[in-house]
Amino acid sequence: MGQPINEIQEELIEEFGLFEDWADKYEYLIDLGKKLAPMSDAFKTEDNVIKGCQSRVWLHAEKQGDLVVFQADSEAIIVKGMISMLIRVLSNHTPAEILAADLYFIEQIGMSQHLAQTRSNGLVSMVKQMQHYALAFS
Amino acid sequence: MAETLNIDQIRADFPVLHQQVNKAPLIYFDNAATTQKPKAVIDALSAYYEQDNANIHRGIHTLAERATTAYELTRKKLAAFLNAPSTDQIIFTSGTTAGINLVAQTFGRANVGKGDQIIVSNLEHHSNIVPWQMIAEEKGAEIKVIPVSDAGVLDIEAYKALLNPKVKLVAVNHVSNAIGTINPIVEIISLAHEVGAKVLIDGAQSVAHLAVDVQALDMDFFVFSAHKLFGPTGVGVLYGKRDLLESMPPYQGGGEMIKEVRFAGTTYNELPYKFEAGTPNIADVIAFGAALDYVQAIPSEALAAQEEALLAYATAKLQKIPGLRIVGTAPEKIAVISFVIDGVHPQDIGVLLDKFGIAIRTGHHCAQPLMQRYELVGTCRASFAFYNTFEEIDRFVLCLEKTLQMLG
Repeated sequence: MGQPINEIQEELIEEFGLFEDWADKYEYLIDLGKKLAPMSDAFKTEDNVIKGCQSRVWLHAEKQGDLVVFQADSEAIIVKGMISMLIRVLSNHTPAEILAADLYFIEQIGMSQHLAQTRSNGLVSMVKQMQHYALAFS
Repeated sequence: MAETLNIDQIRADFPVLHQQVNKAPLIYFDNAATTQKPKAVIDALSAYYEQDNANIHRGIHTLAERATTAYELTRKKLAAFLNAPSTDQIIFTSGTTAGINLVAQTFGRANVGKGDQIIVSNLEHHSNIVPWQMIAEEKGAEIKVIPVSDAGVLDIEAYKALLNPKVKLVAVNHVSNAIGTINPIVEIISLAHEVGAKVLIDGAQSVAHLAVDVQALDMDFFVFSAHKLFGPTGVGVLYGKRDLLESMPPYQGGGEMIKEVRFAGTTYNELPYKFEAGTPNIADVIAFGAALDYVQAIPSEALAAQEEALLAYATAKLQKIPGLRIVGTAPEKIAVISFVIDGVHPQDIGVLLDKFGIAIRTGHHCAQPLMQRYELVGTCRASFAFYNTFEEIDRFVLCLEKTLQMLG
């Protein structure tokens, strides 16, 4: 059994709580983006692309046992940082856990603007798509 | 020595500029997307709703008369602004896009047939491409494209080669929204006329920066938006030559655009009302009049000099940033700088600059064919207005350097 989703969210909130300055928060986010496990080129297909107005996101999901495992990538590093956190929170969980997840950490760490820019970065569609995969695998 | 602008005094006229964004003073460098509004425009808008609000043209009461007079006064101001031969040739629309669609659906539908051609350029905004593709598809006509050089200049020799009697319309912007190139519209128009084609000039990006004399330029159609000329959103202008406008069928049907309605048949109103069905955007048209007054009160040479100086200063400073490349280096351009930086996605730059309180535009600028031409996913675009300052450019460049360090 993996770590519960809310426990991971609390961890992220704590990590971001260490920074007072927005610039430090963003440097950490950029760092998370850089450290995101590389996505296999085989999965960076047209079928897996989520189109934002400004940058593309690729998302691949597969079922390993009872758990859904996600891989993703983006052209933009800040989006990649967001993806890295979403994968950390949602990947390796059961479809039911993913579908029930309330992603409150995003607002708590002060990054909700990236999910408000619906047309520009594809993140909102990515979260939806992660849930669609969970539904399909459930 | 040309008169210089008192920038502090001008900035005092724009309330929105005096605020903190993300705990830093706002720097607004997204003027090509929309310009900010002087207090006079905001006041005109509220004064209208507080004192004069009424529907225009039909009411006989005092408020209706006041509203009608104020609304028609903006039309008069626009005729003077563009040097149009008459106010009847100034048609109010909701914006540039609406003006282009109006011409496509009326002039285009009546004059473009199977096998005909419409010429656009590689520099166009989607709004000056898609309406023509729609009418071309419907009529079995073809779209031809004037190519653009690496520097962002239209290839006039290639344009000449495209021209032939099958071309019914040439639709080109006066100034490129994505990279700021000023196009040689005098030449474009006269060459088109030689083969009998009409020309629509998209002036969305030019009206705030360049003087436009529709008669001297021999314009067939000229369209623009109020909101890019310090006026409100939701108002646009279509100027057309009288014979063209008169011969065009009406666009939308409804009130105002009719002379007489019978079930046996309806006769249409005269220009400009033939193309203004329904209750128009009265308040914003009236407030647009205040914007025209405001901008015309600024000496145009001083305004142009300020923008030119901002462009030169910012260009020189940006060019010193390692890995930065300016996209669009036409000798004739307005105060717009599009740029890319090696290995950095434009969106990341835009997000971080916003945290510094700096508003620029990133992305494809609704000009995807141009981005495809340059093999770019997008650019960062800083676009200036006369109320911007050299100090703002200094801070912008400093914050851009910090941004690149963070992303590095």
